[in-house]
Amino acid sequence: MKKTVFSITAFAISAAMLVGCGGAKKEGGKKGALSGSNAEKVYVAPGEHDEFYAFISGGFSGQLAVYGLPSGRLFKVIPIFSQDAEKAYGYNEETKPMLETSYGFVPWDDAHHPDLSQTKGEIDGRWCFINGNNTPRIARVDLKTFETAEILEIPNSAGNHSSSFVTENTEYVVAGTRFSVPVPQRDMPISEYKGNFKGALSFISVGNEGEMDLSFQILMPGFDYDLAHPGRGASHGWFFFTTYNSEEANSLLEVNASQNDKDFIAAINWKKAEEYIAAGKFTTVPAEYAHNVYSDRTHSATSTMKKEVRVLNPADCPGLVYFLPTPKSPHGCDVDPSGEYIVGNGKLSANLTVHSFTKMLDAIKNEKFDGEAYGIPILKFEDVLAGTVVQPGLGPLHTEFDDKGNAYTTFFISSEVVKWKLGTWEVLDRKPTYYSVGHLMIPGGNSQKPWGKYLVAMNKITKDRYLPTGPELCQSAQLYDISGDKMELLSDFPTIGEPHYAAACPADLIAPNQTKIYKLEDNQHPYVAKSEKETKVVREGNVVHVYMTMIRSHFAPDNIEGIKVGDKVYFHVTNLEQDYDVPHGFAMIGANNSELLIMPGQTETLFWEPKQVGVWPMYCTDFCSALHQEMQGYVRVSPAGSSTALSWSLDGE
Amino acid sequence: MKTKLSLLGIAGLLMVFVSCGTDQSASSNATAGTSEAEQNTPLGQASVVDEASDPNILQVAIGSEAHSTLVAAVQAAQIEHVLVNAGPLTVFAPVNEAFDALPEGTVENLLKPENKATLAGILTGHAAPGSFDVEGLKKEARKGRKLYMADGSYLEVTTEGEDVLVAGAKVIATIQTSNGIINVVDKVILPE
Repeated sequence: MKKTVFSITAFAISAAMLVGCGGAKKEGGKKGALSGSNAEKVYVAPGEHDEFYAFISGGFSGQLAVYGLPSGRLFKVIPIFSQDAEKAYGYNEETKPMLETSYGFVPWDDAHHPDLSQTKGEIDGRWCFINGNNTPRIARVDLKTFETAEILEIPNSAGNHSSSFVTENTEYVVAGTRFSVPVPQRDMPISEYKGNFKGALSFISVGNEGEMDLSFQILMPGFDYDLAHPGRGASHGWFFFTTYNSEEANSLLEVNASQNDKDFIAAINWKKAEEYIAAGKFTTVPAEYAHNVYSDRTHSATSTMKKEVRVLNPADCPGLVYFLPTPKSPHGCDVDPSGEYIVGNGKLSANLTVHSFTKMLDAIKNEKFDGEAYGIPILKFEDVLAGTVVQPGLGPLHTEFDDKGNAYTTFFISSEVVKWKLGTWEVLDRKPTYYSVGHLMIPGGNSQKPWGKYLVAMNKITKDRYLPTGPELCQSAQLYDISGDKMELLSDFPTIGEPHYAAACPADLIAPNQTKIYKLEDNQHPYVAKSEKETKVVREGNVVHVYMTMIRSHFAPDNIEGIKVGDKVYFHVTNLEQDYDVPHGFAMIGANNSELLIMPGQTETLFWEPKQVGVWPMYCTDFCSALHQEMQGYVRVSPAGSSTALSWSLDGE
Repeated sequence: MKTKLSLLGIAGLLMVFVSCGTDQSASSNATAGTSEAEQNTPLGQASVVDEASDPNILQVAIGSEAHSTLVAAVQAAQIEHVLVNAGPLTVFAPVNEAFDALPEGTVENLLKPENKATLAGILTGHAAPGSFDVEGLKKEARKGRKLYMADGSYLEVTTEGEDVLVAGAKVIATIQTSNGIINVVDKVILPE
């Protein structure tokens, strides 16, 4: 124990020395923009469009932010796992089911790794997937609407971290559990973790319309599964997951999970898994997990509880899993565009380890094993090693690639990005980040076709980088030009929450496919009113349904009487507009939830429980038109038991 | 970058199309990216390319042969952006015959650059904030409410049998558009 503490201290001291020796000079931010043409490189003139969409995770905000590159302009925050009062996500009746889980309604999560759908190994611009860490979930965002279309809970998991990465034809999106847990969950002593806890790796199939289905889980030994990336090209059909805590410690992991010289990268042959599934080698185990789907037709989500999952046990499935020894608690697990190299970013390792897929296949064929763990063969380190990047920096976290055979790795402790050459393993360039970088992202970086023009480094700490805002500061993204031999820091911009990881692609893969309005005639919401003539107020006991419409610049009806204290009122509001970028809002005084923000042709529902007698206003919250301020109305609330008749009107008619 | 260029190209084309008779040219718009670009967009929202929405008032008018004089006048007055605004707007759109019925030389005179402001004033006198279809206009007449117009005037709405008249101009058709309503009328409404 003492020894470990000492070595970590030494580590930190040497880190400090390295940084002190010119690793991180200030000039990068202070006069960089003036020293070259950097300002021009990120300037996108008013009215012009950015070249790339960047989807940057909001981390603990639970959301996904959409930026343009190179400008760093923020276009939209897409609510995924957290309620968003601005858009009524998780507040209106239609989207509440999106946040249902086997634990009930969970209105927050820790969003980590977005990944874009692919076809033939290239980004196709259809969907963006992102994982929720805390209450294990994967969400799919439809890039036609930039709305969360689907959320699937992951059973037998805890801390859904090595997620949500897709295979090269989006056959699967994967989810690996950070925490191993008892499977199935049961009441048992924590100290009996070792050998008893399991780590589930989940393979979720993705259909032609994007629909997700938990196809199978592989029940792995009780390690922690950190990150993952798919094979591509020749290695398509394999998936690689980094592990840490191969010690199977259950306490003080910062020390106890750093004991082994090497942890593992788990190489999963998912095509083999499909064979085993087809051959019936799985067991079906009871589980409980929510599957939530939003429909653009009904403008509503449904939540279905699923009851079982197919499980493969590696010990019963030879050839399914191999372990590649990888030094020191690797974090990022990154496969180069060719599919040959698998980079293990050993967080506590002095060197960066790169495995060879070809050598791996050879070692498997010739059974060059170095023992086994829980029935899973461990390949000999020397026999799978492609090369080592020697002493590139401190605290390697994550690597991505350009289209010229170079790799770029972030180093958390030494706060830098290091460019190195695949094959020769030589370091070509290093640039400081400000400060403490986590992941980095190159557009198309997790695909066969990266666009090696920009690199975005995502920093955890900003200290003196921006105007201070009290104790809590924003985190940041930093944009580098990587088109030349040397990287060049162009700009940095603040992000929402924690910019944990990101995905990006050229805008023309996404922009032309946008839904601009929802066709009113296609609206299948059960409470839609497609014209003012269809508006009405219906009482069913103490439940009142208001079928309401909105168009510039009034609600129909806008005067409602006969509501009583104790009623449960549902305002089903349809935006009759068929004009791009003309949403309307709806707010009711005293509503215990949020506003509604309704797109053209869409219907949303606000629940309101009037508690006080009186005449209460409602109004449009979105500055929709020249007469927006006039877009308002009243609801008369009478005492419970009052005989005031139910009535509604617009302009007295 | 390619996309950007082609978008610019489309914007440029639109510019030429919509702004014939003005001094704007496609080439000056193609310099977007410099500070000049900001000054060269008199069309405002009228230059937005949007094929998904229902057509707006300007697009419907441009597509109507019966309104070619009105469209030419709107373009000469450079008030296209008003007709694509979020509104809501009700436009009383005189047909070509209504313009023909004006004293000889009136239209030609109004189309002269030096009369741009006068022309714009007359045209905005044909637009009312709010959405008034025929039923809405009948209600105005029934309730004795005057229509407040965009130029600050108030117009009387009357009915004759099934017909609705606004300041004496008869509504002969009503068209719903994405940003308001066009009531086709048989007379040009001139300020008093």
